[in-house]
Amino acid sequence: MVKKVIVEAMINGDPVELLCEPRQSLLEVLRDELDMTGSKEGCLTGDCGACTVVVDGRAVCSCLMLGVEAAGTTITTIEGLANGANLHVLQQKFLEHASLQCGICTPGFLMSAKALLDHNPKPTEPEIRYALAGNLCRCTGYDKIVKAVIDAAKTLSDGAGTVRGRVPRQTASGSTADMLAKGEEVK
Amino acid sequence: MATVVIPALLRKFTHGKDRISASGRNVGQLIDDLERQFPGLREHLIEDGEVKPSIAISIDGEMGTAGVLEPVRESSEVFILPAIGGG
Amino acid sequence: MAATTNGNGYKVIGTRPIRHDGVDKVTGRAKYGADYSFPGMLFGKVLRSPHAHALIKSIKTDKAAALPGVKAIMTSADLPELADKMEAAGEQAINLAHLSANILARGKVLYDGHPVAVVAATSVHIAEEALRLIEVEYEALPPVMSVEDAMKPGAAILLPTLRNKEEGADKPTNVASHLQFKRGDVAAGFKEADFIVEREFKTAMVHQGYIEPHNAVGIYSADGHATIYCSTQGTFVVRSLCSAVLGIPEGKIKVVPAEIGGGFGGKTTVYLEPLSVLLSRQTGAPVKLVMTRGEILRATGPTSGSTIRCKMGATNDGKLVAAECWLAYEAGAYPGSPVGAGAMTIVTPYNIPNILIDAYDVVVNRPKTAAYRAPGATNAAMASETVVDELAEKCGIDPIEFRRMNGSHEGTPQTVGPPFKAVGFLETLEAIKNSPHYKSKLTGPNRGRGVASGFWFNVGLQSSATVNIHTDGTVSVVTGSVDIGGTRAAQAMIVAEVLGVDVNDVRPVVADTDSIGYTDVTAGSRTAFATGWAVYDAAQDTLRQLKERVAKTWEKKPEEVAFENGRFVPASGNGVKPMTLKELAPRLARTGGPIIGRAAVNARGVGPSFVTTLIDVEVDPDTGKVKILRVTVAQDVGKAIHPSYVEGQMHGGTAQGIGWALNEEYFYDDKGILRNTGLLDYRMPTCLDLPEMETIMVEVPTPGHPLGIRGVGEVPIVPPPAAIANAIYRATGVRMLELPMSPPRLMKAMLKKRASGDSQAAAAD
Repeated sequence: MVKKVIVEAMINGDPVELLCEPRQSLLEVLRDELDMTGSKEGCLTGDCGACTVVVDGRAVCSCLMLGVEAAGTTITTIEGLANGANLHVLQQKFLEHASLQCGICTPGFLMSAKALLDHNPKPTEPEIRYALAGNLCRCTGYDKIVKAVIDAAKTLSDGAGTVRGRVPRQTASGSTADMLAKGEEVK
Repeated sequence: MATVVIPALLRKFTHGKDRISASGRNVGQLIDDLERQFPGLREHLIEDGEVKPSIAISIDGEMGTAGVLEPVRESSEVFILPAIGGG
Repeated sequence: MAATTNGNGYKVIGTRPIRHDGVDKVTGRAKYGADYSFPGMLFGKVLRSPHAHALIKSIKTDKAAALPGVKAIMTSADLPELADKMEAAGEQAINLAHLSANILARGKVLYDGHPVAVVAATSVHIAEEALRLIEVEYEALPPVMSVEDAMKPGAAILLPTLRNKEEGADKPTNVASHLQFKRGDVAAGFKEADFIVEREFKTAMVHQGYIEPHNAVGIYSADGHATIYCSTQGTFVVRSLCSAVLGIPEGKIKVVPAEIGGGFGGKTTVYLEPLSVLLSRQTGAPVKLVMTRGEILRATGPTSGSTIRCKMGATNDGKLVAAECWLAYEAGAYPGSPVGAGAMTIVTPYNIPNILIDAYDVVVNRPKTAAYRAPGATNAAMASETVVDELAEKCGIDPIEFRRMNGSHEGTPQTVGPPFKAVGFLETLEAIKNSPHYKSKLTGPNRGRGVASGFWFNVGLQSSATVNIHTDGTVSVVTGSVDIGGTRAAQAMIVAEVLGVDVNDVRPVVADTDSIGYTDVTAGSRTAFATGWAVYDAAQDTLRQLKERVAKTWEKKPEEVAFENGRFVPASGNGVKPMTLKELAPRLARTGGPIIGRAAVNARGVGPSFVTTLIDVEVDPDTGKVKILRVTVAQDVGKAIHPSYVEGQMHGGTAQGIGWALNEEYFYDDKGILRNTGLLDYRMPTCLDLPEMETIMVEVPTPGHPLGIRGVGEVPIVPPPAAIANAIYRATGVRMLELPMSPPRLMKAMLKKRASGDSQAAAAD
């Protein structure tokens, strides 16, 4: 039997004490030890980004980090993105823009986008694409993902803060440019 | 009489003809009639009493869903095609 | 000519509501197959062949079995032997002996990664350690890696019992089948042609590239029933294939659909599902198996690499007169490539009087191919759509106009097959011609613009649906169609439209194989079409029953009740207050009990799809790297139920086509071992590789369908490689004949052209 190690970390705002084997990745620890299956496994080599979490403010592939390396760190996972029952602006925008089809890459994209906007609240589209280039999506061609992040950045920098509220029921049609041009907001 | 379009590689049974008139109220009867006219054809189309799974039959522009029981009309145009799957 | 949203008098259809499963997916709460856990669960791992082609001489498992934590080790000896013949299963015909041998090898391994044994242990790490302790003795055989090598006389034979009709019962062969399609007289046709273009193309094997690995949790119960939780495109197919492979009656297997992280056709068969039940039956515990990315690339069905010769002739006024094509597709280890579909789509967009097409399905020491989004068509279009481009140039005719002049429309005969019913090919060409993209000038060095079109049949098949009315007037609609791309929202929208309720008051449910009638795979662009049809009929059935109940409360006859604008009203006259569903719902108990609407279809009258794609590229003359500058996709979508998800299919298919065009390929070494088993070296497009993509949805409704729906999911992947090849030609003067048009290949071709000053096509080796 491999001896397990006690690891202490802050996960989604709560102090957590967990047991893990040294050979387990952070991804495995989150999914199999803590039942936090929101972070996804896609490649185990850090190429697809489906396992992205934010560690001490940086977007990290949790498959490339060992669980024991999480000791003393502050981690945010997809499970901690919303504020209770209130979705984060990024989550709302992904829904409005239909930025997900199968949804398996979505948690990773949301965490990468969050890390980006936390550091760079007014990214250009090339900056967004560069920051998200480590997250692979096979379903959407990225079009609606990028539009959602552009829209989220605008909403956040317009002073909306963490938008409270319910999931929007209906989305406007057309491109982001259309929406912004019409001054449309989601009801 | 319905018109049956014969797949290229089976035209060796029909002396090279691609369009054959045949009679029958359904696909099964049609193929029986084809067999009567050109012995040896049926075993390439029918297996265990049903249309082979690798074959699709189109009647008047629509893929049949009833196998040998698919109705055929007097002036129907019937195509014998490979079955195609999607992804 | 463009489309959609809020048109044609629909209240819900054509709008863009938030998808019902959306919140779970953006919060990480949605459960995909690998997210399931059960008490006492064991973990399975597969031992895979390190050889591309070998006999299995012996398998010794005693050392592995002795490792603490190992609970079971199984091989093909633990599976029943199945008949070596074709049987109907799901969408297509399947040879069950081959399927079983692909799940656990029987006597021979036929590709690097071919499963040989499977282990269940108390942790995935112990299972992996156990694999290292299993001793397999192999006798290596020469690997056969290309269709050319496989078709040579004297080639090593992969399947000793494989025969084809032409070579006869006594000749072992690697050619599983030969198909031929013939119309008119190609020799005479080519004599009439003023211009003839003949080219040979090679396309590399590529993978669907779904981000989510294959997974299965099998639970075998003491009463002989098995339950499988898995991410699949078809729960009923999993049931029937597991039943056959394991020898368990179908009725004793229940398949529960987890959410699925992409499929594109690759998850319409089984790999891990039978193993999960096999191990669970042996151990008495739930057993979970999840593939690694390396296993996915080595051992799950990619789509065929191919060699295609395409010769087409036109008169100098631009009329196509003859087409002769030869296609050989890699089937992988067992027969069943999509070469037939390649042959039946290659020239189908055009009305050509003289056609001869020969198509060969060839086994090679690569993984058994599986469906990939319009299987077979993209390879074929790379050939035909670049030849058409060359012919148009020779005739001095704009490539869109050339296509329009020869384009298929209602009444045009298909390659082999009946005349088309109403289809929108010409409309897509018109839409591209009128697009802002086409009208814009492309300026700058090393830049070029290319166009190509694509065709796909789509399929119908079987779907079931039930609609339940709840006591508060909300509704649930239950189908068996796994939702990969937003179809459950479309189902809810159809019900909301018919019953006149808010789309958020309809809850779509994707049910397991016990809870809904038989439903074919979510594939073949059939879900909105066929399941949407079943849902529409079930909603109409519900409406009919609701009218009967209203009639009861009004003491009238059902035919005296009408339904307008979401309210039940008297068919004539007044005197009765209109009633909504919400008002009626609490009264169901006293008027006869709960209401369930139901319908099932074996859908007929499938509408095929056409798409035309315009792509601008910039080629770096020093590296051969191609940058995609602008993309516009015009597709005949029939009737877009939820336009955002239809656009999504157009975006996603195009992105996959771009990856297929520029970077994706399998690299095998001379021993037949796959060298790029990860996503760094199996290079799929990232968001930095793609621009925003413009979509134009043209709507030519499918005749006969109650909503005019046409399948949309597959066809957009078909044109991009050819469109990019045509754009590269205009940017560099080089005609690429091989996929992918990766930087090394394109660079080599450009250098060759510069050296020779020759504008002849340069094919990389």
